[in-house]
Amino acid sequence: MIDVIHFIQTKFYYLVVIFLMMIGLYTTIASRNLIKKVIGINIFQISVFLFYIAMAKVKHGTAPILWDKAVIYDNPLPHVLILTAIVVSVSTTAVALALIINIYKEYETIEEDSILAKQELDEEESILAKQKLDIDRSNMA
Amino acid sequence: MKFIQELPVLIIVIPLIFAVIIPLVGRLNRLLPWIIASTITFFCFLISISLLITVLDTGRISYWLGGWEPPWGIEYAIDYLNAFVLVVVSFIAFIVSLYSRRSVELEINKNKISAFYCIYMLFITGLMGIVITGDIFNIYVFLEISSLAGYGLIAIGRKREALVASYNYLILGTIAATFILIGIGYIYMATGTLNIADLQERLPALFHSKMVLVALAFFTVGLSLKLALFPLHAWLPGAYTHAPSVVSCIMAATATKVGVYAMLRIIFGVFRIEFDIHFIPIANILIVVSSMAIIAGSALAIAQTNLKRMLAYSSIGQIGYIVLGAVLANQIAMTGSIIHILNHALMKGALFMVVGCIIYKTGIEDISGLRGMGKKMPFTMAVFTVAGLSMMGVPLTVGFVSKWYIAIGALNAGMGYLIPVIITGSLLAAVYVWRIIVNIYFPEELPKHELQYTDGGAEITDHKSQYSEAPWSMLGPTIALAVLCIYFGISATAPLYIAEKAAVMLLQ
Repeated sequence: MIDVIHFIQTKFYYLVVIFLMMIGLYTTIASRNLIKKVIGINIFQISVFLFYIAMAKVKHGTAPILWDKAVIYDNPLPHVLILTAIVVSVSTTAVALALIINIYKEYETIEEDSILAKQELDEEESILAKQKLDIDRSNMA
Repeated sequence: MKFIQELPVLIIVIPLIFAVIIPLVGRLNRLLPWIIASTITFFCFLISISLLITVLDTGRISYWLGGWEPPWGIEYAIDYLNAFVLVVVSFIAFIVSLYSRRSVELEINKNKISAFYCIYMLFITGLMGIVITGDIFNIYVFLEISSLAGYGLIAIGRKREALVASYNYLILGTIAATFILIGIGYIYMATGTLNIADLQERLPALFHSKMVLVALAFFTVGLSLKLALFPLHAWLPGAYTHAPSVVSCIMAATATKVGVYAMLRIIFGVFRIEFDIHFIPIANILIVVSSMAIIAGSALAIAQTNLKRMLAYSSIGQIGYIVLGAVLANQIAMTGSIIHILNHALMKGALFMVVGCIIYKTGIEDISGLRGMGKKMPFTMAVFTVAGLSMMGVPLTVGFVSKWYIAIGALNAGMGYLIPVIITGSLLAAVYVWRIIVNIYFPEELPKHELQYTDGGAEITDHKSQYSEAPWSMLGPTIALAVLCIYFGISATAPLYIAEKAAVMLLQ
């Protein structure tokens, strides 16, 4: 029991990261709504950012600023990496939302199931149109 | 002399700057974006050739960004492997942008053309960045630059299915990139460095650490998703089928190849080969998976009725060959795998260009619509035949060289049971290619009536099945790739020499 408490106490940050990661990944896979999928992706990415931030912490470390009372500093490199990764995440979200807006304009829905149904309808229509064209032309010939 | 030393960074910075300039000048003149894109990619090709020559002369080039010494600063490291891939990527980018003018005018709305070339340049920048960098976090950043540009390129066409395909690719691509980010986090935790050369030195001492094992697992899954290895290929067929032809062409010829490069670099460059075999049987797992990819990709290609979708599935099979050759982990198979990066780029580029020509001239995407096309578009169909034979691996074409090396490598590795897999893949390719070639040249019955042809966006007219070839601006690059398919099939000394050196370097 002590072991478990100790484990939770010391690895607390990583447990939160894994919890968030699973929520994000599950939402992305299980949700049929395009916007909810993007939200899931965002949660998933943010969990990874937290993972980087958590690993940058050094015991008794202070913020990485030159300061007379500081003896040991946190590692600033992962923070910088994550700034870049946040930019990437924001632009991914922007592209995804732009795509969703266009999908909504074309299909008038953002539910994956109804989009698939409409796509199947499209295909059937195009096959029918082709057959009709063929018949018309053979009649003409 | 100063200029020569700065070449490794210029090859990234020049297309990046012009990506921003293109939409600005695109308003002045309709042709300007195309001219700039072609010129700049040609410059990149020249730079990559000069980098390759320098590497062959003097060995590894190390460029320190901002003068910061690695491992503290970011390093652009160029050795035999990435100089080779860089030449392939920039050459294909140049050829495709030459080809793109008429096809883009037809398939993309007029007001989006300058945006297309802008994203195209960003895409090329991202790909070349992945190849040239010697810093593992930079690989992630450039991977995302190229992927984000790729989502845009797929969605830019007129088809509404393309939007959904692009969205699916975005979701899977982002999951893949985030997996790679987790992998980078783990090896940074273990080693405290991001420089690939430095990682290579520090990791062997940590091979027993669970963190390193987990990192490799995340890298493998993430990269397999990015390069569409068989069970994780779901995004690829939709994306290639619905994207504009130029986009399918550039993505099939370069994006997956760069994914393979990243996999080679991380699995063999960062982690050592003994780690992949002794500590975790990743090589064995990938042998099974890539064999499945060869068979399943080629078999699924047979079942398709849409030409682009068929080529997309065949890409999945060919990626299987590249990964199989790499994970056999001996010099000959690795050489075959590296040279297949070039060969597949040439033949798949040529095939997708042919599809672009067909769509430009007739608007047909279905295989059944190709009946008797050999008379109408003889040059285009000749290119299709050459590239198709190459896909089957017929001797005197490039496909044969790489498959031969991979097969010999499999024998040398004591895995003779992989030979039937390689041959089955080729036979299945023969089925899907031959079916079309027969249809083109020896149609069982000509279509009873003339199909409607779109003739490059001009008025829809009824054409008799007479000679009506695609314009030379499209045909020229297509034929150039087909000629290279044969040239490198007959005299493969130069690429083999470089690929062998790269293989030796990776397997040290």
